[in-house]
Amino acid sequence: MSARRSLTIMAVTLLLGASGTIGPARAERLIVSVSNQRVTVTPNYSGEELVLFGSVEKDAATPATRTAYDLVVTVSGPPADMVTRRKERKFGIWINTDYREFLKVPSYLALFSNRPFDAIASPDIQRRQQLGLNNVLLTQRVGPDYADVVPNDAFRSAFVRLRSERGLYREATSAVTFLTPTLFRTEIPLPAEVPIGRYDVEIKLFSDGALVTQTDTSFEIVKVGFEQFVATSARQNGFVYGLATAFMALMTGWVASIVFRKD
Amino acid sequence: MQLFLPIADIPVNVFLILAMGAAVGFVSGMFGIGGGFLMTPLLIFIGITPAVAVASVASHIAASSFSGAIFYWRRRAIDPLLALVLLSGGVIGTALGVWTFTQLRALGQLDLMIALSYVVLLTAVGGLMFWEGLRAILRARRGIASSMRRPGSHGWIHGLPLKIRFKRSKIYLSVIPVVVVGVIIGFIGAVMGIGGGFILVPIMIYLLRVPTATVIGTSMVLTLVTMVFATMLHAVTNHLVDAVLALILMVGGVTGAQFGARAGQKIRGEHLRLLLGLLILAVGIRFAIELGIKPDDLFTIRDTGGGG
Repeated sequence: MSARRSLTIMAVTLLLGASGTIGPARAERLIVSVSNQRVTVTPNYSGEELVLFGSVEKDAATPATRTAYDLVVTVSGPPADMVTRRKERKFGIWINTDYREFLKVPSYLALFSNRPFDAIASPDIQRRQQLGLNNVLLTQRVGPDYADVVPNDAFRSAFVRLRSERGLYREATSAVTFLTPTLFRTEIPLPAEVPIGRYDVEIKLFSDGALVTQTDTSFEIVKVGFEQFVATSARQNGFVYGLATAFMALMTGWVASIVFRKD
Repeated sequence: MQLFLPIADIPVNVFLILAMGAAVGFVSGMFGIGGGFLMTPLLIFIGITPAVAVASVASHIAASSFSGAIFYWRRRAIDPLLALVLLSGGVIGTALGVWTFTQLRALGQLDLMIALSYVVLLTAVGGLMFWEGLRAILRARRGIASSMRRPGSHGWIHGLPLKIRFKRSKIYLSVIPVVVVGVIIGFIGAVMGIGGGFILVPIMIYLLRVPTATVIGTSMVLTLVTMVFATMLHAVTNHLVDAVLALILMVGGVTGAQFGARAGQKIRGEHLRLLLGLLILAVGIRFAIELGIKPDDLFTIRDTGGGG
Protein backbone atom coordinates (compact mmCIF):
# COMPACT_ATOMS: atom_id res chain seq x y z
CA MET A 1 0.00 0.00 0.00
CA SER A 2 2.61 2.50 1.09
CA ALA A 3 4.96 1.31 -1.62
CA ARG A 4 2.27 1.96 -4.19
CA ARG A 5 1.59 5.35 -2.70
CA SER A 6 5.21 6.36 -2.82
CA LEU A 7 5.36 5.17 -6.42
CA THR A 8 2.47 7.49 -7.19
CA ILE A 9 4.28 10.33 -5.50
CA MET A 10 7.37 9.59 -7.49
CA ALA A 11 5.35 9.69 -10.66
CA VAL A 12 3.77 12.97 -9.65
CA THR A 13 7.13 14.34 -8.67
CA LEU A 14 8.60 13.32 -11.99
CA LEU A 15 5.75 15.04 -13.80
CA LEU A 16 6.16 18.17 -11.74
CA GLY A 17 9.87 18.09 -12.27
CA ALA A 18 9.38 17.80 -15.98
CA SER A 19 6.72 20.47 -16.33
CA GLY A 20 8.40 22.87 -13.93
CA THR A 21 11.56 23.12 -15.96
CA ILE A 22 12.46 26.73 -16.60
CA GLY A 23 15.69 27.51 -18.35
CA PRO A 24 18.54 25.23 -19.24
CA ALA A 25 20.16 25.17 -15.78
CA ARG A 26 17.68 22.63 -14.41
CA ALA A 27 19.31 19.43 -15.34
CA GLU A 28 18.55 17.74 -12.06
CA ARG A 29 15.36 16.26 -10.82
CA LEU A 30 14.28 15.83 -7.25
CA ILE A 31 12.45 12.73 -6.19
CA VAL A 32 10.99 12.85 -2.70
CA SER A 33 8.67 10.91 -0.46
CA VAL A 34 7.24 11.50 3.00
CA SER A 35 7.12 8.51 5.37
CA ASN A 36 3.46 9.08 6.13
CA GLN A 37 1.04 10.84 3.80
CA ARG A 38 -1.83 10.83 6.24
CA VAL A 39 -1.12 11.40 9.91
CA THR A 40 -4.12 10.34 11.95
CA VAL A 41 -4.89 12.00 15.24
CA THR A 42 -6.22 9.40 17.64
CA PRO A 43 -7.14 9.80 21.33
CA ASN A 44 -3.59 8.92 22.37
CA TYR A 45 -1.86 11.16 19.84
CA SER A 46 0.93 13.16 21.44
CA GLY A 47 3.11 14.31 18.59
CA GLU A 48 4.79 12.44 15.79
CA GLU A 49 7.84 12.58 13.60
CA LEU A 50 7.75 12.14 9.85
CA VAL A 51 10.72 11.40 7.65
CA LEU A 52 11.25 12.93 4.24
CA PHE A 53 13.44 10.94 1.87
CA GLY A 54 14.66 12.05 -1.48
CA SER A 55 17.28 11.84 -4.11
CA VAL A 56 18.80 14.11 -6.71
CA GLU A 57 18.61 12.58 -10.18
CA LYS A 58 21.22 13.83 -12.58
CA ASP A 59 20.95 13.57 -16.30
CA ALA A 60 23.12 14.27 -19.34
CA ALA A 61 22.62 18.01 -19.06
CA THR A 62 24.12 18.12 -15.61
CA PRO A 63 27.47 19.87 -15.65
CA ALA A 64 30.14 17.40 -14.72
CA THR A 65 31.72 19.89 -12.37
CA ARG A 66 28.59 20.09 -10.24
CA THR A 67 28.98 17.71 -7.36
CA ALA A 68 27.98 19.50 -4.14
CA TYR A 69 24.34 20.27 -3.50
CA ASP A 70 22.50 22.21 -0.85
CA LEU A 71 18.96 21.48 0.10
CA VAL A 72 16.27 23.51 1.83
CA VAL A 73 12.99 21.91 2.95
CA THR A 74 10.04 24.14 3.89
CA VAL A 75 7.04 22.55 5.60
CA SER A 76 4.02 24.82 6.00
CA GLY A 77 0.82 23.90 7.77
CA PRO A 78 -2.69 25.12 6.95
CA PRO A 79 -2.84 28.95 6.75
CA ALA A 80 -4.58 30.89 9.51
CA ASP A 81 -5.21 34.48 10.51
CA MET A 82 -3.59 35.52 13.75
CA VAL A 83 -3.30 38.66 15.83
CA THR A 84 -0.20 39.63 17.77
CA ARG A 85 -0.85 42.12 20.54
CA ARG A 86 1.59 44.16 22.57
CA LYS A 87 0.96 45.18 26.15
CA GLU A 88 1.90 48.58 27.42
CA ARG A 89 1.69 50.21 30.79
CA LYS A 90 -1.20 52.65 30.94
CA PHE A 91 -2.62 54.12 34.15
CA GLY A 92 -0.50 51.69 36.13
CA ILE A 93 -1.81 48.53 34.52
CA TRP A 94 -0.59 46.47 31.60
CA ILE A 95 -3.07 46.46 28.79
CA ASN A 96 -3.08 45.49 25.14
CA THR A 97 -2.48 48.63 23.17
CA ASP A 98 -1.04 47.96 19.74
CA TYR A 99 -1.61 44.95 17.53
CA ARG A 100 -0.83 43.53 14.12
CA GLU A 101 -2.92 41.13 12.12
CA PHE A 102 -1.05 38.33 10.37
CA LEU A 103 -3.05 37.13 7.42
CA LYS A 104 -3.03 33.59 6.05
CA VAL A 105 0.26 32.76 7.69
CA PRO A 106 1.26 29.10 8.11
CA SER A 107 -0.02 27.66 11.38
CA TYR A 108 3.01 25.37 11.31
CA LEU A 109 6.27 26.29 9.65
CA ALA A 110 9.51 24.37 9.55
CA LEU A 111 12.62 25.19 7.57
CA PHE A 112 15.36 22.61 7.32
CA SER A 113 18.64 22.70 5.44
CA ASN A 114 21.91 20.86 5.34
CA ARG A 115 24.01 23.89 6.30
CA PRO A 116 23.44 27.53 7.33
CA PHE A 117 21.41 29.56 4.85
CA ASP A 118 24.22 32.12 4.61
CA ALA A 119 26.49 29.40 3.25
CA ILE A 120 23.88 28.20 0.76
CA ALA A 121 22.96 31.40 -1.01
CA SER A 122 23.47 35.15 -1.05
CA PRO A 123 21.20 37.33 1.12
CA ASP A 124 19.33 38.43 -1.97
CA ILE A 125 18.53 34.87 -3.05
CA GLN A 126 17.72 33.93 0.54
CA ARG A 127 15.14 36.66 0.53
CA ARG A 128 13.71 35.78 -2.85
CA GLN A 129 13.53 32.08 -2.12
CA GLN A 130 12.24 32.67 1.43
CA LEU A 131 15.04 30.75 3.10
CA GLY A 132 14.93 30.90 6.87
CA LEU A 133 12.35 32.24 9.30
CA ASN A 134 13.72 35.74 8.75
CA ASN A 135 12.93 35.58 5.05
CA VAL A 136 9.62 33.77 5.00
CA LEU A 137 6.76 35.94 3.88
CA LEU A 138 4.43 36.69 6.77
CA THR A 139 1.80 39.08 5.50
CA GLN A 140 0.61 41.66 8.01
CA ARG A 141 -2.19 44.12 7.80
CA VAL A 142 -0.91 47.45 9.03
CA GLY A 143 -3.83 49.81 8.83
CA PRO A 144 -5.03 49.70 5.23
CA ASP A 145 -1.81 48.14 3.87
CA TYR A 146 -0.91 44.51 3.36
CA ALA A 147 2.78 43.87 3.61
CA ASP A 148 5.56 41.95 5.21
CA VAL A 149 8.03 43.96 7.22
CA VAL A 150 11.72 43.83 8.05
CA PRO A 151 12.72 40.69 10.00
CA ASN A 152 13.63 42.66 13.13
CA ASP A 153 10.20 44.29 13.36
CA ALA A 154 9.03 43.93 16.95
CA PHE A 155 5.70 42.31 16.10
CA ARG A 156 7.12 39.98 13.50
CA SER A 157 9.97 38.74 15.68
CA ALA A 158 7.63 38.35 18.66
CA PHE A 159 5.26 36.34 16.49
CA VAL A 160 8.02 34.03 15.26
CA ARG A 161 9.44 33.69 18.76
CA LEU A 162 6.08 32.80 20.35
CA ARG A 163 5.28 30.27 17.64
CA SER A 164 8.77 28.77 18.03
CA GLU A 165 8.30 28.43 21.78
CA ARG A 166 5.30 26.21 21.10
CA GLY A 167 7.26 24.15 18.60
CA LEU A 168 5.06 25.32 15.76
CA TYR A 169 7.73 27.35 13.98
CA ARG A 170 11.19 25.93 13.68
CA GLU A 171 14.37 26.34 11.76
CA ALA A 172 17.24 23.85 11.71
CA THR A 173 20.21 24.36 9.45
CA SER A 174 21.69 20.94 10.04
CA ALA A 175 18.53 18.86 9.87
CA VAL A 176 18.96 17.69 6.27
CA THR A 177 21.55 14.96 5.95
CA PHE A 178 23.03 13.75 2.71
CA LEU A 179 23.47 10.00 3.00
CA THR A 180 25.31 9.94 -0.31
CA PRO A 181 26.10 12.99 -2.44
CA THR A 182 22.65 12.64 -4.01
CA LEU A 183 20.53 10.85 -1.42
CA PHE A 184 19.11 12.89 1.44
CA ARG A 185 16.74 12.63 4.35
CA THR A 186 15.28 14.92 7.00
CA GLU A 187 12.92 14.55 9.90
CA ILE A 188 9.74 16.59 10.28
CA PRO A 189 8.79 16.80 13.97
CA LEU A 190 5.11 17.46 14.63
CA PRO A 191 4.27 18.78 18.10
CA ALA A 192 1.35 17.50 20.16
CA GLU A 193 -0.76 20.61 19.59
CA VAL A 194 -0.39 20.29 15.85
CA PRO A 195 -2.86 22.16 13.61
CA ILE A 196 -5.16 19.85 11.66
CA GLY A 197 -5.12 20.10 7.88
CA ARG A 198 -3.00 19.90 4.77
CA TYR A 199 0.75 20.48 4.98
CA ASP A 200 2.78 21.52 1.98
CA VAL A 201 6.39 20.45 1.72
CA GLU A 202 8.59 22.43 -0.62
CA ILE A 203 12.05 21.10 -1.46
CA LYS A 204 14.58 23.40 -3.10
CA LEU A 205 17.91 22.28 -4.47
CA PHE A 206 20.78 24.74 -4.61
CA SER A 207 24.23 24.50 -6.08
CA ASP A 208 26.90 27.18 -5.98
CA GLY A 209 24.47 29.62 -4.47
CA ALA A 210 21.84 29.27 -7.18
CA LEU A 211 18.52 27.48 -7.23
CA VAL A 212 18.87 24.41 -9.42
CA THR A 213 15.44 22.87 -9.15
CA GLN A 214 12.55 22.47 -6.79
CA THR A 215 9.64 20.18 -6.17
CA ASP A 216 6.87 19.81 -3.67
CA THR A 217 4.82 17.19 -1.96
CA SER A 218 2.30 17.24 0.85
CA PHE A 219 0.84 15.31 3.71
CA GLU A 220 -2.24 15.79 5.77
CA ILE A 221 -3.07 15.57 9.44
CA VAL A 222 -6.58 14.35 10.06
CA LYS A 223 -8.77 13.45 12.97
CA VAL A 224 -10.34 10.02 12.69
CA GLY A 225 -13.01 8.02 14.43
CA PHE A 226 -14.41 9.50 17.61
CA GLU A 227 -12.32 12.70 17.44
CA GLN A 228 -13.58 13.42 13.96
CA PHE A 229 -17.15 12.58 14.87
CA VAL A 230 -17.12 15.02 17.80
CA ALA A 231 -15.39 17.76 15.83
CA THR A 232 -17.70 17.56 12.83
CA SER A 233 -20.89 17.29 14.82
CA ALA A 234 -19.87 20.30 16.92
CA ARG A 235 -19.37 22.26 13.73
CA GLN A 236 -22.30 21.05 11.67
CA ASN A 237 -25.02 20.36 14.23
CA GLY A 238 -24.30 22.95 16.89
CA PHE A 239 -27.80 22.82 18.33
CA VAL A 240 -27.99 19.03 18.66
CA TYR A 241 -24.42 18.95 19.93
CA GLY A 242 -25.26 21.58 22.56
CA LEU A 243 -28.38 19.68 23.59
CA ALA A 244 -26.40 16.46 23.86
CA THR A 245 -23.70 18.15 25.95
CA ALA A 246 -26.27 19.77 28.24
CA PHE A 247 -28.09 16.44 28.60
CA MET A 248 -24.78 14.74 29.35
CA ALA A 249 -24.13 17.34 32.05
CA LEU A 250 -27.52 16.73 33.67
CA MET A 251 -27.09 12.96 33.49
CA THR A 252 -23.64 13.16 35.06
CA GLY A 253 -24.98 15.32 37.85
CA TRP A 254 -27.93 13.02 38.42
CA VAL A 255 -25.86 9.81 38.37
CA ALA A 256 -23.43 11.35 40.85
CA SER A 257 -26.22 12.27 43.25
CA ILE A 258 -27.50 8.66 43.10
CA VAL A 259 -24.07 7.11 43.46
CA PHE A 260 -23.14 9.30 46.40
CA ARG A 261 -26.52 9.14 48.08
CA LYS A 262 -26.08 8.10 51.64
CA ASP A 263 -29.45 8.66 53.23
CA MET B 1 -2.78 9.07 30.73
CA GLN B 2 -2.81 11.37 27.72
CA LEU B 3 -5.95 12.04 25.76
CA PHE B 4 -6.36 14.18 22.65
CA LEU B 5 -9.23 16.66 22.94
CA PRO B 6 -11.26 16.88 19.73
CA ILE B 7 -12.24 20.56 19.89
CA ALA B 8 -9.41 22.04 21.94
CA ASP B 9 -6.99 20.19 19.62
CA ILE B 10 -4.40 19.45 22.27
CA PRO B 11 -3.54 16.35 24.28
CA VAL B 12 -4.12 16.60 28.02
CA ASN B 13 -3.49 14.42 31.03
CA VAL B 14 -6.84 12.90 32.00
CA PHE B 15 -5.96 12.62 35.68
CA LEU B 16 -4.87 16.25 35.88
CA ILE B 17 -8.21 17.39 34.42
CA LEU B 18 -10.10 15.01 36.73
CA ALA B 19 -8.25 16.39 39.74
CA MET B 20 -8.91 19.97 38.67
CA GLY B 21 -12.58 19.17 38.19
CA ALA B 22 -12.79 17.52 41.60
CA ALA B 23 -11.05 20.38 43.39
CA VAL B 24 -13.24 23.04 41.83
CA GLY B 25 -16.30 20.81 42.30
CA PHE B 26 -15.53 20.52 46.01
CA VAL B 27 -15.36 24.29 46.35
CA SER B 28 -18.54 24.77 44.34
CA GLY B 29 -20.49 22.20 46.35
CA MET B 30 -19.29 23.67 49.61
CA PHE B 31 -20.17 27.28 48.88
CA GLY B 32 -22.97 26.81 46.37
CA ILE B 33 -21.11 28.63 43.65
CA GLY B 34 -20.44 27.49 40.11
CA GLY B 35 -16.69 27.81 40.36
CA GLY B 36 -16.31 29.13 36.83
CA PHE B 37 -14.06 31.94 38.05
CA LEU B 38 -11.64 29.25 39.29
CA MET B 39 -11.98 26.65 36.53
CA THR B 40 -11.58 28.90 33.50
CA PRO B 41 -8.21 30.38 34.56
CA LEU B 42 -6.98 26.86 35.46
CA LEU B 43 -7.84 25.51 32.01
CA ILE B 44 -6.21 28.47 30.28
CA PHE B 45 -3.15 27.85 32.44
CA ILE B 46 -2.74 24.28 31.12
CA GLY B 47 -2.88 25.52 27.54
CA ILE B 48 -6.52 25.40 26.48
CA THR B 49 -7.59 28.46 24.51
CA PRO B 50 -9.75 30.91 26.54
CA ALA B 51 -12.70 30.55 24.15
CA VAL B 52 -12.82 26.74 24.46
CA ALA B 53 -12.22 26.95 28.21
CA VAL B 54 -15.13 29.35 28.82
CA ALA B 55 -17.47 27.35 26.58
CA SER B 56 -16.63 23.95 28.08
CA VAL B 57 -16.65 25.16 31.67
CA ALA B 58 -20.30 26.20 31.26
CA SER B 59 -21.40 22.58 30.84
CA HIS B 60 -19.13 21.46 33.66
CA ILE B 61 -20.79 23.97 35.99
CA ALA B 62 -24.21 22.79 34.81
CA ALA B 63 -23.36 19.21 35.87
CA SER B 64 -21.88 20.27 39.21
CA SER B 65 -24.76 22.53 40.10
CA PHE B 66 -27.34 19.92 39.05
CA SER B 67 -25.86 17.32 41.35
CA GLY B 68 -25.62 19.98 44.07
CA ALA B 69 -29.19 21.10 43.46
CA ILE B 70 -30.47 17.51 43.86
CA PHE B 71 -28.59 17.27 47.14
CA TYR B 72 -30.18 20.46 48.47
CA TRP B 73 -33.61 19.59 47.05
CA ARG B 74 -33.67 16.39 49.11
CA ARG B 75 -32.88 18.45 52.18
CA ARG B 76 -35.68 20.87 51.28
CA ALA B 77 -33.07 23.63 51.08
CA ILE B 78 -34.34 25.09 47.79
CA ASP B 79 -37.02 27.74 47.55
CA PRO B 80 -38.72 27.00 44.19
CA LEU B 81 -40.69 30.24 44.09
CA LEU B 82 -37.64 32.36 44.87
CA ALA B 83 -35.66 30.49 42.21
CA LEU B 84 -38.40 31.11 39.66
CA VAL B 85 -38.58 34.84 40.34
CA LEU B 86 -34.76 35.11 40.19
CA LEU B 87 -34.74 33.21 36.89
CA SER B 88 -37.25 35.56 35.28
CA GLY B 89 -34.80 38.38 35.95
CA GLY B 90 -31.82 36.22 35.01
CA VAL B 91 -33.11 35.61 31.49
CA ILE B 92 -33.50 39.35 30.84
CA GLY B 93 -30.06 40.01 32.30
CA THR B 94 -28.41 37.34 30.14
CA ALA B 95 -29.90 38.80 26.99
CA LEU B 96 -28.70 42.30 27.97
CA GLY B 97 -25.28 40.88 28.82
CA VAL B 98 -24.85 39.14 25.48
CA TRP B 99 -25.73 42.38 23.72
CA THR B 100 -23.17 44.34 25.80
CA PHE B 101 -20.58 41.62 25.17
CA THR B 102 -20.95 42.14 21.42
CA GLN B 103 -20.66 45.93 21.80
CA LEU B 104 -17.50 45.65 23.91
CA ARG B 105 -16.00 43.23 21.44
CA ALA B 106 -16.53 45.73 18.65
CA LEU B 107 -14.61 48.31 20.70
CA GLY B 108 -11.65 45.89 20.92
CA GLN B 109 -11.07 46.07 24.65
CA LEU B 110 -13.13 43.09 25.77
CA ASP B 111 -10.17 41.33 27.43
CA LEU B 112 -9.33 44.36 29.51
CA MET B 113 -12.95 44.87 30.50
CA ILE B 114 -13.20 41.24 31.60
CA ALA B 115 -9.95 41.44 33.57
CA LEU B 116 -10.96 44.72 35.19
CA SER B 117 -14.42 43.50 36.13
CA TYR B 118 -12.83 40.35 37.59
CA VAL B 119 -10.55 42.49 39.73
CA VAL B 120 -13.22 44.93 40.85
CA LEU B 121 -15.93 42.35 41.47
CA LEU B 122 -13.79 39.67 43.08
CA THR B 123 -11.82 41.96 45.38
CA ALA B 124 -14.94 43.89 46.39
CA VAL B 125 -17.16 40.86 46.98
CA GLY B 126 -14.32 38.81 48.48
CA GLY B 127 -13.17 41.63 50.71
CA LEU B 128 -16.68 42.34 51.99
CA MET B 129 -17.39 38.68 52.69
CA PHE B 130 -14.07 38.16 54.39
CA TRP B 131 -14.56 41.23 56.56
CA GLU B 132 -18.13 40.31 57.43
CA GLY B 133 -17.19 36.71 58.24
CA LEU B 134 -14.33 37.88 60.41
CA ARG B 135 -16.58 40.26 62.35
CA ALA B 136 -19.19 37.56 62.83
CA ILE B 137 -16.57 35.17 64.20
CA LEU B 138 -15.16 37.82 66.52
CA ARG B 139 -18.67 38.63 67.77
CA ALA B 140 -19.32 34.93 68.40
CA ARG B 141 -16.02 34.70 70.30
CA ARG B 142 -17.02 37.57 72.54
CA GLY B 143 -20.24 35.74 73.21
CA ILE B 144 -22.58 38.26 71.70
CA ALA B 145 -25.65 36.62 70.23
CA SER B 146 -25.63 38.21 66.81
CA SER B 147 -27.39 35.59 64.78
CA MET B 148 -30.82 36.96 65.54
CA ARG B 149 -29.90 40.54 64.82
CA ARG B 150 -30.35 41.49 61.22
CA PRO B 151 -29.20 45.06 60.83
CA GLY B 152 -31.14 47.05 58.28
CA SER B 153 -33.53 44.25 57.58
CA HIS B 154 -36.37 46.69 57.48
CA GLY B 155 -34.70 49.11 55.10
CA TRP B 156 -36.05 50.50 51.87
CA ILE B 157 -35.90 47.11 50.14
CA HIS B 158 -38.55 45.79 52.46
CA GLY B 159 -40.75 48.81 51.88
CA LEU B 160 -41.21 48.03 48.18
CA PRO B 161 -44.59 46.93 46.84
CA LEU B 162 -45.58 43.61 45.15
CA LYS B 163 -44.69 41.55 48.16
CA ILE B 164 -44.80 37.77 47.99
CA ARG B 165 -44.48 35.24 50.76
CA PHE B 166 -41.61 32.87 49.94
CA LYS B 167 -42.73 30.00 52.11
CA ARG B 168 -39.68 27.79 52.01
CA SER B 169 -37.35 30.66 52.92
CA LYS B 170 -39.84 32.05 55.44
CA ILE B 171 -39.49 35.58 54.10
CA TYR B 172 -42.02 38.13 52.93
CA LEU B 173 -40.39 40.15 50.21
CA SER B 174 -41.16 42.35 47.22
CA VAL B 175 -40.47 40.68 43.85
CA ILE B 176 -38.85 43.88 42.51
CA PRO B 177 -35.45 43.52 44.23
CA VAL B 178 -35.41 39.77 43.48
CA VAL B 179 -35.96 40.33 39.76
CA VAL B 180 -33.37 43.14 39.75
CA VAL B 181 -30.82 40.81 41.39
CA GLY B 182 -31.63 38.19 38.74
CA VAL B 183 -31.05 40.74 35.98
CA ILE B 184 -27.70 41.82 37.49
CA ILE B 185 -26.47 38.24 37.89
CA GLY B 186 -27.57 37.27 34.38
CA PHE B 187 -25.86 40.35 32.97
CA ILE B 188 -22.58 39.83 34.84
CA GLY B 189 -22.62 36.14 33.98
CA ALA B 190 -23.00 36.75 30.26
CA VAL B 191 -20.38 39.49 30.11
CA MET B 192 -17.77 37.80 32.29
CA GLY B 193 -18.49 34.21 31.28
CA ILE B 194 -19.18 33.02 34.81
CA GLY B 195 -22.19 31.62 36.60
CA GLY B 196 -22.30 34.49 39.06
CA GLY B 197 -23.06 32.32 42.09
CA PHE B 198 -20.31 33.91 44.16
CA ILE B 199 -22.00 37.29 43.77
CA LEU B 200 -25.54 35.95 44.07
CA VAL B 201 -24.97 34.18 47.39
CA PRO B 202 -23.76 37.28 49.30
CA ILE B 203 -26.44 39.49 47.69
CA MET B 204 -29.14 37.06 48.80
CA ILE B 205 -27.74 36.85 52.30
CA TYR B 206 -26.99 40.51 52.94
CA LEU B 207 -29.39 42.40 50.74
CA LEU B 208 -32.46 40.19 50.46
CA ARG B 209 -32.00 38.65 53.91
CA VAL B 210 -32.73 35.17 52.64
CA PRO B 211 -31.95 32.63 55.38
CA THR B 212 -28.63 30.85 54.82
CA ALA B 213 -30.45 27.51 54.78
CA THR B 214 -32.09 28.10 51.39
CA VAL B 215 -29.52 30.47 49.85
CA ILE B 216 -27.07 27.92 48.47
CA GLY B 217 -29.62 25.49 47.05
CA THR B 218 -31.63 28.26 45.42
CA SER B 219 -28.58 29.93 43.90
CA MET B 220 -27.58 26.54 42.47
CA VAL B 221 -30.87 26.32 40.60
CA LEU B 222 -30.20 29.71 39.02
CA THR B 223 -26.62 28.69 38.14
CA LEU B 224 -27.88 25.42 36.65
CA VAL B 225 -30.39 27.07 34.34
CA THR B 226 -28.09 29.89 33.19
CA MET B 227 -25.23 27.46 32.53
CA VAL B 228 -27.38 25.04 30.51
CA PHE B 229 -28.49 28.10 28.54
CA ALA B 230 -24.87 29.24 28.14
CA THR B 231 -23.76 25.77 26.95
CA MET B 232 -26.42 25.86 24.27
CA LEU B 233 -25.44 29.40 23.20
CA HIS B 234 -21.74 28.54 22.99
CA ALA B 235 -22.43 25.33 21.07
CA VAL B 236 -24.72 27.03 18.55
CA THR B 237 -22.75 30.24 18.00
CA ASN B 238 -19.05 29.40 18.44
CA HIS B 239 -18.94 25.59 18.11
CA LEU B 240 -16.29 25.63 20.83
CA VAL B 241 -17.75 23.34 23.50
CA ASP B 242 -15.35 20.43 23.92
CA ALA B 243 -17.64 17.61 25.04
CA VAL B 244 -14.73 15.30 25.93
CA LEU B 245 -13.06 17.94 28.08
CA ALA B 246 -16.44 18.79 29.61
CA LEU B 247 -17.14 15.15 30.45
CA ILE B 248 -13.82 14.68 32.26
CA LEU B 249 -14.38 17.93 34.17
CA MET B 250 -17.94 16.87 35.02
CA VAL B 251 -16.98 13.46 36.38
CA GLY B 252 -14.37 15.10 38.59
CA GLY B 253 -16.65 18.03 39.37
CA VAL B 254 -19.76 16.13 40.48
CA THR B 255 -17.67 13.86 42.69
CA GLY B 256 -16.02 16.84 44.31
CA ALA B 257 -19.31 18.70 44.62
CA GLN B 258 -20.91 15.87 46.64
CA PHE B 259 -18.12 15.94 49.21
CA GLY B 260 -18.06 19.72 49.11
CA ALA B 261 -21.79 19.96 49.86
CA ARG B 262 -21.38 17.61 52.83
CA ALA B 263 -18.39 19.54 54.12
CA GLY B 264 -20.27 22.80 53.66
CA GLN B 265 -23.09 21.66 55.92
CA LYS B 266 -20.65 20.83 58.69
CA ILE B 267 -18.94 24.19 58.70
CA ARG B 268 -20.60 27.08 60.48
CA GLY B 269 -22.05 29.88 58.36
CA GLU B 270 -19.62 32.61 59.34
CA HIS B 271 -16.61 30.37 58.84
CA LEU B 272 -17.95 29.41 55.42
CA ARG B 273 -18.32 33.06 54.49
CA LEU B 274 -14.84 33.85 55.77
CA LEU B 275 -13.32 31.03 53.71
CA LEU B 276 -15.24 31.89 50.56
CA GLY B 277 -14.38 35.57 51.02
CA LEU B 278 -10.71 34.67 51.31
CA LEU B 279 -10.83 32.49 48.20
CA ILE B 280 -12.59 35.10 46.08
CA LEU B 281 -10.29 37.82 47.36
CA ALA B 282 -7.23 35.72 46.49
CA VAL B 283 -8.40 35.19 42.90
CA GLY B 284 -9.23 38.90 42.59
CA ILE B 285 -5.81 39.92 43.88
CA ARG B 286 -4.18 37.48 41.49
CA PHE B 287 -5.93 39.16 38.58
CA ALA B 288 -4.97 42.59 39.94
CA ILE B 289 -1.31 41.58 40.21
CA GLU B 290 -1.41 40.27 36.67
CA LEU B 291 -2.62 43.66 35.47
CA GLY B 292 -0.17 45.56 37.63
CA ILE B 293 3.17 43.83 37.17
CA LYS B 294 5.12 43.75 33.97
CA PRO B 295 4.26 40.54 32.12
CA ASP B 296 7.04 38.10 31.18
CA ASP B 297 6.11 38.56 27.59
CA LEU B 298 4.61 41.76 26.31
CA PHE B 299 3.35 40.01 23.21
CA THR B 300 0.52 37.53 22.79
CA ILE B 301 -0.79 35.71 19.76
CA ARG B 302 -4.39 34.89 19.19
CA ASP B 303 -5.72 32.68 16.46
CA THR B 304 -8.52 34.55 14.75
CA GLY B 305 -9.49 31.64 12.55
CA GLY B 306 -10.10 32.33 8.90
CA GLY B 307 -7.41 31.06 6.59
CA GLY B 308 -7.96 27.78 4.84
